[in-house]
Amino acid sequence: MASHSDDRYYVPHESHWPAVGSAGLLFLMVGVSVWLNGSTPGFWIMLAGVAVIIYMVVGWFANVINESVTGMYNAQVDKSFRMGMMWFIFSEVMFFLAFFGALFYVRTMVLPWLGGESNNFFTNAVLWSGFENTWPSNGPAGVGGDFQVMGPVGLPLINTVILLTSSVTITVAHHALIAGKRGVLTAFLAATFILGFIFIGLQAYEYVHAYNDLNLRLTSGIYGSTFFMLTGFHGLHVTLGAIMLLVIWFRVLRGHFTKENHFAFEAVAWYWHFVDVVWVGLYIFVYWL
Amino acid sequence: MSTIAADVKDHTHDDHGPAKGYRRWLFATNHKDIGTMYLIFSFVMFLIGGLMALVIRSELAIPGLQFVHPEFFNQMTTMHALIMVFGAVMPAFVGLANWMIPMMIGAPDMALPRMNNWSFWILPVAFGILLSTLFMPGGAPASGWTMYPPLVLQTGDAFPFLIFSVHLMGISSIMGAINIIVTIMNMRTPEMSLLRMPIFVWTWLITAYLLIAVMPVLAGAVTMLLTDQFFGTSFFLAAGGGDPVMFQHIFWFFGHPEVYIMILPAFGVVSEIIPTFARKPLFGRDSMIYAASCIAFLSFIVWAHHMFTVGMPLSGQLFFMFATMLIAIPTGVKVFNWVATMWRGAMTFETPMLFALAFVFLFTIGGFSGLMLAITPADIQYHDSYFVVAHFHYVLVPGSIFAIMAGAYYWLPKWTGFMYNEALGKLHFWLSTIFVNLTFFPMHFLGLAGMPRRIPDYATQFADFNFIASIGAFGFGLSQLIFIWVLLTAKRGVPATDAVWDDPEGLEWTVPSPAPFHTFDTPPKLPAPKFG
Repeated sequence: MASHSDDRYYVPHESHWPAVGSAGLLFLMVGVSVWLNGSTPGFWIMLAGVAVIIYMVVGWFANVINESVTGMYNAQVDKSFRMGMMWFIFSEVMFFLAFFGALFYVRTMVLPWLGGESNNFFTNAVLWSGFENTWPSNGPAGVGGDFQVMGPVGLPLINTVILLTSSVTITVAHHALIAGKRGVLTAFLAATFILGFIFIGLQAYEYVHAYNDLNLRLTSGIYGSTFFMLTGFHGLHVTLGAIMLLVIWFRVLRGHFTKENHFAFEAVAWYWHFVDVVWVGLYIFVYWL
Repeated sequence: MSTIAADVKDHTHDDHGPAKGYRRWLFATNHKDIGTMYLIFSFVMFLIGGLMALVIRSELAIPGLQFVHPEFFNQMTTMHALIMVFGAVMPAFVGLANWMIPMMIGAPDMALPRMNNWSFWILPVAFGILLSTLFMPGGAPASGWTMYPPLVLQTGDAFPFLIFSVHLMGISSIMGAINIIVTIMNMRTPEMSLLRMPIFVWTWLITAYLLIAVMPVLAGAVTMLLTDQFFGTSFFLAAGGGDPVMFQHIFWFFGHPEVYIMILPAFGVVSEIIPTFARKPLFGRDSMIYAASCIAFLSFIVWAHHMFTVGMPLSGQLFFMFATMLIAIPTGVKVFNWVATMWRGAMTFETPMLFALAFVFLFTIGGFSGLMLAITPADIQYHDSYFVVAHFHYVLVPGSIFAIMAGAYYWLPKWTGFMYNEALGKLHFWLSTIFVNLTFFPMHFLGLAGMPRRIPDYATQFADFNFIASIGAFGFGLSQLIFIWVLLTAKRGVPATDAVWDDPEGLEWTVPSPAPFHTFDTPPKLPAPKFG
């Protein structure tokens, strides 16, 4: 019997973590909504929700890590995790695509039409007389006032180099893990998350610069909307990715992960490459073109 | 260390039964329990959404304003749609998937059982939040389920609750879809190649891909609404260089695949049932799979047919018209295949078969009216009229809902271990079918005569057909109470055999009825194909 158990797919007993997560989401969503409606207690409800969700993530992951290191997952379970992570990343890609789609639609359709192209001569002449299609734009009413944009060279280019470098360092770390070189693994993984946090710091600096010196704000018409929503969601994902890197770095220090069994490492690496690829898209379409 | 590991292992693979009390449901990891919860939840939502429909039909029974304020009427149309789409139809199919897919492919459970639990338990949170908006200042959302700006931005305190409940529904659907894809791709018994998978599994695989691709896009769209409302962005504000029509493009990029998310699993259910009761293999089995894949692909390039009247370049109108019409080809393949399956079959007409037959016939009516709506110049006349309401209710009620009912009757003996009351089932079917047509068929005439949708009052010339539709709606609503009776008496019938029906095909019929808590501990051998 015992020899057979390794071949079986691990089906966990009942777990309370998902229910904790649902309760956390309830507090989070209700809290944010109440807060947005102008009621301060909502903020504290929201924070309670965040705390519950953090508790859930830590507890659930600890549970899974414990099951993993005690050898309860066979190769088939490992494959399930891999496929699950891949499709999760795909769903994230589609989320970003909605915002990229908005950017492309505005630049190729909306602004030319507001400027009178196609059959929109009278829209332009009557509603927005004198408006011409240019990019960057904060629309015919100049919502948010005049602003300057972040050029593609300078800080964004430095950030691009940082993120691309971090993709290389995590790949080096991955190879070191497979080769069993724990020292190289620890060093390069540390380099990766340090680069990640430097990136976040520079993005924060860039935002302050944009708000204070360039008058480029979230409220700066459609340019400000697309710029801050795209880079903001990306920054949020980099932050999450960097925290994930930090977590697996501590797991490496604890001696976790073997040549054969290191799904969590790979999942974080895939996620990191994903935020990297999104950044390349951002750099080209938001900062450059 | 090693003793602990061995200890844990022993506990992992014991043949444990369900936990006791609330823990069995709140902490569930078993696909059958979670499937049951999905099905019960969706049925409760179906009844709540149905009550809202009856409020609508009461108000519309005769001209004039009699029962509700117009504002509340708009809340009812909006909430009815959101609840039926996200609360009733989608979770019902996920429930069927949870129950049946692991049994059909010979898997021990869903691939990610704890995430499976979370997908479900997010739903009561999402719909609790959504339903609570009915009691908020400014009332529930009243802009229509499509949430078009700028109208939706006039929603009262309910607005952020609406946005976040949609986010939660999306999170639930994405996790459910990931779980289904991973289960199907990784957990099949080794002998089952992709093309040997049951059609229901196939259609759900395709549906799950659609879900992962479009639910995040909806999340993006409603996030833009949220930031436009509270954080001063200009996505849907022309003055700032945005465009309210852009919301419609993003929304329908989600919305059109969404309608196939609600119908493809229905195709799967019907494709399981018709061969069983025609006692013939499914005609053109592979072509069914290719047709479903084609429909899924096309669903991504037809979205703007929902918005012909908002204005778009002529090239756009032509493209979206022809692309939409193309969908009739794979759909036609499916309908012809179902008919050909029955051709010269030894047919019997138990309740699941009756629902499946009505599905084929009535869904096709909805498909044809869809084809009419695809024609751009004609659509400019039909747009936002009751003809549209008739169209999508034909594909959703005698389409999706009938398929869900068919599936429920078909698999109920496998779930409970007893035959349901066939006479009650047939009564449920006939009353449902008569009243569903009485409700929705006159709406075609109303729409063609020019009655707009989403209005609480109308010109007296529309009175007769509206009255007939309201009678039908109440009849249909009451008929569903029979189904509750069927469920309550489900365990009073004769014990079901393992096969339940007359030698149906599929692994789920090789296990005992009721199916044991854990079905396949080790991958089963596939039975030889029944029909050679």
